[in-house]
Amino acid sequence: MAAHTRDWDAFVVPADEGAVHMDLAVDGITCAACMGEIERGLARLPGIRKARVNLTNQRLAVDWHSDMTGADEIVAELSRLGYTAHPFDPARQKDRRDQAGQALLRAMAVAGFAGMNIMLLSISVWSGNATDITPETRDFFHWLSALIALPTIAYAGRPFFVSAGRALRAGRLNMDVPIVIGVSLAAAVSVVQTMQHQHHAYFESAVMLLFFLLVGRYLDHNMRGRTRSFAENIAALKVEVAARIGPDGSVREVPLSKIAPGDLVLVMSGDRIPIDGVIEEGTSEIDQSLITGETVLHPVTKGERVYAGTVNGEGTLQLRVSVASGATLLDEVNRLLETAAQAKSLYVRIADRAAQLYAPLVHGAALLTFVGWIAFGLDWQASLVIAISVLIITCPCALGLAVPAVQVVASGQLFRSGVLLNSEDAIERLSDVDTIVFDKTGTLTTAEPVLVAGEAVPQELLANAGRLALSSRHPLSMALVKASGSILPFKDVTEVPGAGVEAVIDGKGLRLGSPAFCGVREADVEALLKWYPGSSIIAAKHGDQPAVLLPVRQSLRSDAAEIIEQLRHVGYKLEILSGDRQGAVMAIAAELGITNWKAGMKPGDKYAHLEALKLSGRKVLMVGDGLNDAPALAGAYVSLSPVTAVHLSQAAADAVFLGGRLQPVADALSISRRARRAIEQNLWISALYNVVAVPVAVIGLVTPLMAAVAMSASSIAVTANALRLRWGHNGSRKLEP
Amino acid sequence: MDVLIYLIPAALCLGLLGLAGFLWSLKHGQYDDLEGAKWRILEDDDLESVREDVPVASAK
Repeated sequence: MAAHTRDWDAFVVPADEGAVHMDLAVDGITCAACMGEIERGLARLPGIRKARVNLTNQRLAVDWHSDMTGADEIVAELSRLGYTAHPFDPARQKDRRDQAGQALLRAMAVAGFAGMNIMLLSISVWSGNATDITPETRDFFHWLSALIALPTIAYAGRPFFVSAGRALRAGRLNMDVPIVIGVSLAAAVSVVQTMQHQHHAYFESAVMLLFFLLVGRYLDHNMRGRTRSFAENIAALKVEVAARIGPDGSVREVPLSKIAPGDLVLVMSGDRIPIDGVIEEGTSEIDQSLITGETVLHPVTKGERVYAGTVNGEGTLQLRVSVASGATLLDEVNRLLETAAQAKSLYVRIADRAAQLYAPLVHGAALLTFVGWIAFGLDWQASLVIAISVLIITCPCALGLAVPAVQVVASGQLFRSGVLLNSEDAIERLSDVDTIVFDKTGTLTTAEPVLVAGEAVPQELLANAGRLALSSRHPLSMALVKASGSILPFKDVTEVPGAGVEAVIDGKGLRLGSPAFCGVREADVEALLKWYPGSSIIAAKHGDQPAVLLPVRQSLRSDAAEIIEQLRHVGYKLEILSGDRQGAVMAIAAELGITNWKAGMKPGDKYAHLEALKLSGRKVLMVGDGLNDAPALAGAYVSLSPVTAVHLSQAAADAVFLGGRLQPVADALSISRRARRAIEQNLWISALYNVVAVPVAVIGLVTPLMAAVAMSASSIAVTANALRLRWGHNGSRKLEP
Repeated sequence: MDVLIYLIPAALCLGLLGLAGFLWSLKHGQYDDLEGAKWRILEDDDLESVREDVPVASAK
């Protein structure tokens, strides 16, 4: 960690009785033993009131008296125990207790309780109707059912009423509209039947329908909540803080939300630049591959603008935090994002498309039934009862569950494959894809640079250079450390600002740094760059021996070639759109065998290219991570972004994938294709059920018992079909054509 | 069958009791960490529950 202290007060929130509260994301809680160890370890600190690990979302909540222990001591104790922990930025952590989920669970509990009790009464009535129930007992049971059902529908039905109301106000039809009509009509006609001392009432159908649907809603919500909390943990562990320089010159680390435009921020050598700003003091080279896709280091100096997500090289920088001024890359990206977001809202979900087809059909059928029976000579009230029973039997139970059931199972599988969904309909859209457009830097390649052709370097020199690199904070030195596997830094290393590091080994000077620092001629560097396009060259020199040039560049993800080959085999059209230079992109494209590639693309170019693809009727999956990809990610039919991506891109993407491999991209496609198939099967199952049930209802033969059995059977069939997705598909799966 | 008049309300009350119990447990965060709860029953370090180093709230 940097030398300056962190402003811990910015991370804690007041709790009751004078204590303070802090939530931390803890990396590496894998088992119950860790949980006990952390809680016991923290309990030993003075003043700790409560330390509780939540194993489900891997978080730690601590309440303590701030006058007895500091937040820094808590984090220090955790790291002494072997856990990396980082507090959440209170301003960014939304909704500590999941309000929406709890409301759904409460509604589900109420509907479940009511449904079971009404079912108990209904079964008595059904068996009584077949034997010798007295009309008084039956009426008593019906009134009791009404007493339970009506408040339940009013309470547990709220999520559906709200959503249906919103859709109708916007002039659309969604799945909740027929659900609300079905439930309200079932309740209303049951009350009328009860008042007229009829044999049948439909209270249990209405309430059980709500219960089944709420189960689906809750599971769906829960799965996305898990994804969301996981993503929040990752954000917290990425240590998103900035070192603010106070008016008195003191430096304190604060959460990003506490930084305002105009603040002065210190960026040490090797640190990630936390926030957009203009350089006030200092010169350096920055790695801006996350922003432009370009892998070559870019020199910056006073007055130039730098972006969050880039990595600072040698020098120390002071930034003046600035808001977008209207003429920068970020503004252009933001403008394009707005355009892209407007274009995207056109997608209509499968369930809503089904509802648009289904609702007029069913309501038309009910109307025809009503008119038909009147024409046939039945009185209007009996005709109405039959028409309503048509509505109830076609009650959209199976249809309402068809999509959510599959969605829950599929998003669980995606989660296990390391894909976290941002948007609800990502699965449906992923299954439609026929073209995949990749960004190069950070997407096809890893985010960190590695040493290429390391085997050509003399072993002893590589080992020494690696140990020397441990003392440098330059972004490229990590590549050398990794390649050599060094762990022991040299003593007495001198750093030459803007050039490199130097130490005396075996009586001879060892230098590591820029080629010029090691006395290499410019022409030699040029020649090497021809061999390794797009790489950055560093040099090492020991004593009088000739200097050795070390090309460093971002390399392909370990399984990139294999996954690309798989995707091509399945029939996806593949393209690369990169902001990097021609040579670097060409090399990667040749290695992967992708013939459609474009280099030097600006954010607007990428977006325009995607628009062109869209116009030619392609459904494009965009995979990218940089700021320059953000508009393309937002404008694509569907998009994925690695977890190393900049904030803006992650927010614009439909899903985020974890890890250093490309496998999750292939998994996301294959899982969503299978999910799409299951969704379609489910829609057919419920359609088939309706084809059988509706004619029976139209001729007026439906009893409530039949309705209840048929509805439950169709719901169970649909759910079982969704669960089938899980069978025999654990771990990574091959794509099927 | 007159017995039903008070048996059924009694049954409903029992059911309501169960519902109230569930809502209570939901409100008190019993479902916040389903993963950890199953392991916590195996821990036995909560036997000595009195701790001297924590100040009582009123003493502050």
